[in-house]
Amino acid sequence: MAKAYSPGLQISQRVLHSSRRILPIPGDVLVKVGDQVSSQQIVAQTFMPGDVTPINVANQISVAPSEVPNCMLFSEGDEVQEGDILARSKGIFGFFKAEMTTKTSGTIESISHVTGQVILRGAPLPIQVRAYQAGTVKEVIPEQGVVIESEVTFLQGILGIGGETYGLIKFACQNNEQDLEADLLDESMQGKIVIGGARMTGEAVKRGIEIGVAAIISGGMDDEDLKEILGYDLGVAVTGSENIGITLIITEGFGDIAMAERTFNLFKEREGAEAAVNGTTQIRAGVLRPEIVIPLSEHTKPDTTSETKSETEMGILEIGVPVRIIRDPYFGLLGSVSQLPTELQTLESGSESRVLEVILESGKTVVVPRANVELIEG
Amino acid sequence: MNSTTAKQFDLDQINVILATDCGSTTTKAILIEKINGEYRQTYRGEAPTTVEEPAADVTVGVVNAVTEVGELAGRKLIDENGEIIRPAEGDTGCDIYISTSSAGGGLQMMVAGVVREMSAASAKRAALGAGAIVMDTICSNDKRLPHEQIQRIRELRPDMILLAGGTDGGTQKHVVQLAELIAPAKPQPRFGGTYKMPIIYAGNQEVISFVEETFDEDVKLTTVANVRPILEQENLAPARDAIHDLFLEHVMAHAPGYNKLISWADAPIMPTPGAVGNILQTIAEQEGINALGVDIGGATTDVFSVFDGTFNRTVSANLGMSYSVSNVCASATLPMILRWVHLDMNPRELQNHIKNKMIRPTTIPQTREALVFEQAVAREALRLAYIQHKEFATTLKGVQQQRTVGDTFSQNTSGQSIVDNIKLDLLVGSGGVLSHAPNMNQTAAMMIDAFEPEGMTILAKDSIFMMPHLGVLAQVHPKAALQVFERDCLIYLGTCIAPRGFYRTGKTCFKYQITGNTINQSGEMMCGEMKLFPLAQDERATITVEPKRGYDFGAGSGKRMEFEARGGTVGLILDARGRPLMVPAEEKQHLAQLTSWVQELQLYPDNHSK
Repeated sequence: MAKAYSPGLQISQRVLHSSRRILPIPGDVLVKVGDQVSSQQIVAQTFMPGDVTPINVANQISVAPSEVPNCMLFSEGDEVQEGDILARSKGIFGFFKAEMTTKTSGTIESISHVTGQVILRGAPLPIQVRAYQAGTVKEVIPEQGVVIESEVTFLQGILGIGGETYGLIKFACQNNEQDLEADLLDESMQGKIVIGGARMTGEAVKRGIEIGVAAIISGGMDDEDLKEILGYDLGVAVTGSENIGITLIITEGFGDIAMAERTFNLFKEREGAEAAVNGTTQIRAGVLRPEIVIPLSEHTKPDTTSETKSETEMGILEIGVPVRIIRDPYFGLLGSVSQLPTELQTLESGSESRVLEVILESGKTVVVPRANVELIEG
Repeated sequence: MNSTTAKQFDLDQINVILATDCGSTTTKAILIEKINGEYRQTYRGEAPTTVEEPAADVTVGVVNAVTEVGELAGRKLIDENGEIIRPAEGDTGCDIYISTSSAGGGLQMMVAGVVREMSAASAKRAALGAGAIVMDTICSNDKRLPHEQIQRIRELRPDMILLAGGTDGGTQKHVVQLAELIAPAKPQPRFGGTYKMPIIYAGNQEVISFVEETFDEDVKLTTVANVRPILEQENLAPARDAIHDLFLEHVMAHAPGYNKLISWADAPIMPTPGAVGNILQTIAEQEGINALGVDIGGATTDVFSVFDGTFNRTVSANLGMSYSVSNVCASATLPMILRWVHLDMNPRELQNHIKNKMIRPTTIPQTREALVFEQAVAREALRLAYIQHKEFATTLKGVQQQRTVGDTFSQNTSGQSIVDNIKLDLLVGSGGVLSHAPNMNQTAAMMIDAFEPEGMTILAKDSIFMMPHLGVLAQVHPKAALQVFERDCLIYLGTCIAPRGFYRTGKTCFKYQITGNTINQSGEMMCGEMKLFPLAQDERATITVEPKRGYDFGAGSGKRMEFEARGGTVGLILDARGRPLMVPAEEKQHLAQLTSWVQELQLYPDNHSK
C-alpha cells in the first residue's frame, strides 16, 4: 500500500526527455541516429491502404452474382478511372445491354461471384510523423519510427483537448490567480501558446479560436464551458482527436482553481521559447497526460543540473514532500506531508482509510486520505 | 500443459488452492484451504498489476500478490526461482494454481452478423458470454453505408472478430458480403506487429469455403458451428470456446509475461467476466434459482443474469464510478442523480466535482456529502446498466410464434426480455462502491433503488470480489468452488420484499406478518414507506403478505403470499414504494420521503461524524 496515492504530474525545469514517434503501420524512417531534428520535421512516413468502395455490380447491371466475373471489362489488380465502364451485361441476343461506370478511381481488389460485388480500393493515403520534440535522434526503430531525445523543460497538465501543436510561449495573465478572460487575448497571440492563470472562461476559448491561437494553457475551466466548446458532454477522459481549432490544457482541474505558482513561474522563465504541446489525454490503464515540451537550446540551459531526475527517483511519499490535495473538502490546496500514520482512520464519510497529515501553505494542518493527494513532482 | 485444457487431479488429494485475478490495476491472490473436510478461503493479498513498463511482465505482480498471501498464511508459496511451489507439502506450496485476467483492458472484440436482432445479436451474446467487451457490431441493417462500415472496421483495433450470419442453409450472399467488408478493411489488431488478426466464423456452414476464399493469409481464420443454426435455436458454446482458445493462444500470448503465466496455471486462464459468469451459472443450476450479479467498476459495469437456466451478460462500457463517472452523469442527467440526495448541494460545483473525479479517478470521498453524492451516482449507473441488460437479455427474435385463440389479447411477441424481477431470487453486488460502502445498509439500499427487486429477493455482496477465482476453480474442482462460494464469498445482506404496482399517495399498500425465532411483528405498510427489521445472519423468518388490489407479490394482484426470508447483516427490508419506483415530483414532499427512507434504513448514522 506504499503507493496508495496518485502519482503527481511532472513539472521539470530541466529534464532529459525522449519522445517515441511511431507510425501506425510499417513504413520508412527518414532520419538516422545522431541527426538533429526540428519539431516540425517529418521523420517517418508511410502509406495506408486507400479507402475501399464496394460496388454491387450484379444489382446495377441486373445479372446474377455468378455472371459478374464474365461481365467485367477489367480484372482484379487493374486500375480504373472515374467514368470508366466497369462492366457490361450480355443483354438479350446482343441487345439491351446494361453497363455501369465507376464513380471513383482506384484499383480493383476483388470480384465476387457469390455476392456480385466489386471492391475498389482508392489511392494509398500518406501518413507522416513529425519529430514533435526538437532534439537528437537517439534510436531508429526500423520501419516503425524513431526516439528523439533532448534536454527540455517539461510540464504535464491534468486534462487536454485537441492534439499536437507548436508555437511560441506568450502570457495573457499577470499572475497565476488571474482568470483568463476573453479581453486578455489579442491578435498578437495568433499561432502562439498562450499561458493563462486560473480559470479559462468559455468566452476566452472562443476568442482564442477566432484569433487562431495554437493552444491555451491555464489552471482550470468550468464543466459547463467545456460542454459548450465541445458541443457535447465529455463522458470519459480519452481525448486528443477533437477538432475545435485549438488545443486546450488545464493544469489543475475543473472549477475556479489557480495554476500552481511553480508551474506558472516555470512558464514565465521560458516566455518566448518555442514549445510543442499535446493535449492528448487518456485516463485509463496506461495513462497519458497532456504535456508541454520546451526544448532547451545551448544558451538557455541553466547552469545547474540538479533538476534532472530519473523516473525512478520520483514518487516516494514521505514526510516533508510537497503535495496537492485533489478532493474535497480541501481540493486544490497545496502543502507538505507532516505525518504518515500507519493505522487506518475513520473518515467523516464513515469509510476507513489510510490517511496522512498535511501542513497547508496557510499553516493549517488537515488530515486527508492518502488516495486524495498527489505529489508535486519535478 | 495444453494452454486450453485443464489438468486432471485426484480431487480428494487437493488441500491447498491458490488463485489469482490479474486486473487492470491490481492483481488479487486468494488462498483456499481444506479445513476439517471443508474448503474455506483463508487469506488474500494484492499487488499492483505489472503488464506495463518498467516490469512489463504480469508474473511479477502475481508473485508479489502470492508472496503477500504466503506471508500472511505462514506458507512458502514461491520458490527461489520465483515460481509457484507445487504440490503442497507441510507448510509449503499449493496443489492447484489457477488465474483469470482482465489486464490491459481485457478482451476486446468486434462482432458481425447479417441482421442486428438475429444472428448479430447471437454473435454478440456469444462474445459477451465469453467475457469480451464488444467494441462494435457490424450488420447489414445497422443503417451505415458499406464504406462507413469499412471505415469503422479500420479504425477499431479489436483483439479478434466474430463473424456470424445466416442460418445453416439460409442466406449466403449477405454473409459473404460481410466477409467482403471485413477482408479489405484489413483490421489492425490491438497489439500490432507480427500478430495475425484472429477471425472466428460462426455463420451459415454452407458458405465456409466462400468465406475462406474471401480472407487472405493476413488473418487467422477459425471456423466453428453456427451460433444460430436455425432461427429457433442458439448454439453459443462452440463460438465461446473458440473465443477462449484464441484469447489464450493469441491475445494473451502477446501480452507481457502471459506465456509464463499460462504455463504455471493448472486450468486455462479465463477473462475475468467470463469466470464470473461461470460461477453464477453453476450456482443458479445447483440451487435451482434465478440469479443476477453486478460488478460496478471504475470504467465499466458488468451485469450477469441466469433466468430459467439461460445465462446472459452485458458490459456497459462507459458506466462506471471513476473513469466513466462523467458519462454516467451525462447519460442519467443531474436531476435524476439528485433525486437520491437528501442533502443540499450546489449543481454547478457538483458538475465540476464529477469532472474532477473523472480526471483523478483514484480519490475517495472524505466527507458525508461526497459519499452521499457518490452513492447517488452509483444508483443511476446501476439502473442504466440494468436497463441495457434487460433490453439485451431477450428471447430469440425472429422466431415465428404459434398463436392460438387464447392468445388473442396477449401482446407477447418474440424478443421479450427474459429478465423478470418478480422471478429473481438472488441479487449479488460487487465492485468498490458496493463492496466498500462504510455500512452494508448503504449497499442494500443502492441495490434496491437501482434494481427495484419485486416479490422476495435475497440480497448479497461478493465479500472480496472472489467470484472470478471461483469461476475458474469451478472448472477444476466444482465442489471446492461451491463450498467457498456459499461460506466465504457471499456476505448475505438480507431479504427485500416489495410488491409490483404503482405508488398511490396516502393508500395502504399491503399488510404483513413476520414470524421467526427472534421476531414476531405484524402491521400495515402505507404506499411510499420502507421498514427495516433486524434478522441475523443464518436466521430465517416466515413473512405473510396481503397486498391491496393493484399490488402483486408474484401470485397475482391482491393475492396473499407467504415467503421464507433469509437474514443477513442488514436484515429484512419491506419496501412499499411501488414498482416501477417513482419519487414524488414536488421537491418538499420528495425530500421528506427521501429523508424518511434514509432514517428508516439507518443509512448514514450520526456516529460517523468526525
